[in-house]
Amino acid sequence: MRFVDEFRDADKARALSAKIAALCEPGRQYKLMEVCGGHTHTIYKHGLEDYLPESITLVHGPGCPVCVIPMGRVDDAMHLASADDVIMTSFGDMMRVPGSHGSFFDAKAAGTDIRMVYSPLDSLKIARQNPGKRVVFMAIGFETTAPSTAMTVLRAAAEGLENFSVFCNHVTIIPAIKAILDSPDLRLDGFIGPGHVSTVIGCQPYEFIARDYGKPVVTAGFEPLDILQSIYMLMLQVSQGRSVVENQYARVVPWDGNPVALRVIGQTMELRPFFEWRGLGFISQSALRIKPEYQRFDAEVLFEVPGVRVADPKACQCGEVLKGVLKPWECKVFGTACTPETPIGTCMVSPEGACAAYYNYGRMNRHRVPEALKVISR
Amino acid sequence: MCLGIPGELIEYLPDRPDLAKVDVSGVKRVINIGLLADDLPQPGEWVLIHVGFALSKIDEAEAAAALAFLEGIGQAYDDELAALQESRIE
Repeated sequence: MRFVDEFRDADKARALSAKIAALCEPGRQYKLMEVCGGHTHTIYKHGLEDYLPESITLVHGPGCPVCVIPMGRVDDAMHLASADDVIMTSFGDMMRVPGSHGSFFDAKAAGTDIRMVYSPLDSLKIARQNPGKRVVFMAIGFETTAPSTAMTVLRAAAEGLENFSVFCNHVTIIPAIKAILDSPDLRLDGFIGPGHVSTVIGCQPYEFIARDYGKPVVTAGFEPLDILQSIYMLMLQVSQGRSVVENQYARVVPWDGNPVALRVIGQTMELRPFFEWRGLGFISQSALRIKPEYQRFDAEVLFEVPGVRVADPKACQCGEVLKGVLKPWECKVFGTACTPETPIGTCMVSPEGACAAYYNYGRMNRHRVPEALKVISR
Repeated sequence: MCLGIPGELIEYLPDRPDLAKVDVSGVKRVINIGLLADDLPQPGEWVLIHVGFALSKIDEAEAAAALAFLEGIGQAYDDELAALQESRIE
């Protein structure tokens, strides 16, 4: 693993830490949002906050697709799953997300035919093997997974499959970032841009953040040094009064994204007028649905979907956590009634959720460990 | 589901230019390569895979870094590999 060392060199981490500290103006507080749940994970796994001065706060964003699915959509999916002759198929991440009457796992245990799949293409295979059944794929995710759903719909169309459909819950990252920028709750100084989403959409869509809101954006990789480097790049812009989009993760993220992926999304899906996000509420043009040309693969056209809005459990404060207004430990049920084993809110379900990351790495309070300028551990 | 996992391309499937066999941490499975149609990877090259689709080409150093990240993640990567093991894309 000699390759990995260059991303985890403790001397480099200390040097970056010192350079970041030197850029902070005395008496000023800085808030940087990491949009992506994968970054949240790296930050807590490696205790990266301990490498930052107290004046820099990392705020965790909405980039965890499981976390932002509202309860009403889970209930809709359950309703679909319970229809006659239906086989519901879903990524494993979705199985434990609670709806108002339990999760997919609960329904499966009670006899509903819900199957975990690795890929929408596995769902397609189940449809081929079960011509007498109607197979529905529970599609979730940002632009990272939307192209795979799009390709699967195109494949189903090419094969002329008549018993496969998609319950489309794909969301798009840009409107969510805009909603956060427009929210009066939070004043941010810059964004650590998502890594994998950007392999699809590229860096260009973030330019409005720098241009119209005056906030720098740096698209970042997932290694500890990637994140520290990105924070340094953000702080350098802030200290110089600049705001542009920079790409720290250019070794994977092309500036223009993946044109084929964008093309197939555009071919099969279109923006919904609005969509409800857990915690963020209704955001206009923030989610995708299947285009009318492909409506024979759209579960929302083929089945009756209740579409009832369901309020989150009162005790759960995922909404505030997803907006970055509350830290996980400030939620009343964090680590007590709500744990990864028995999650109440979505942020505790997904390993990329901020609450799960805090819980799994023992971050129960705000104290930093300054002496932890140690070797970044594996 | 959200994890990008690195795989080394072994070979394309005969008569199916959109499918290829890859090696992910020793698990050999078929994935769809159609999203890289503009710049197809060759056997021996590495790709980042999301839910059965190669989304980008990466070099060997990036593959090693991505793998170290995933191994550090623990359970979530074990679950992803277990799901991949069950996958039979065709």
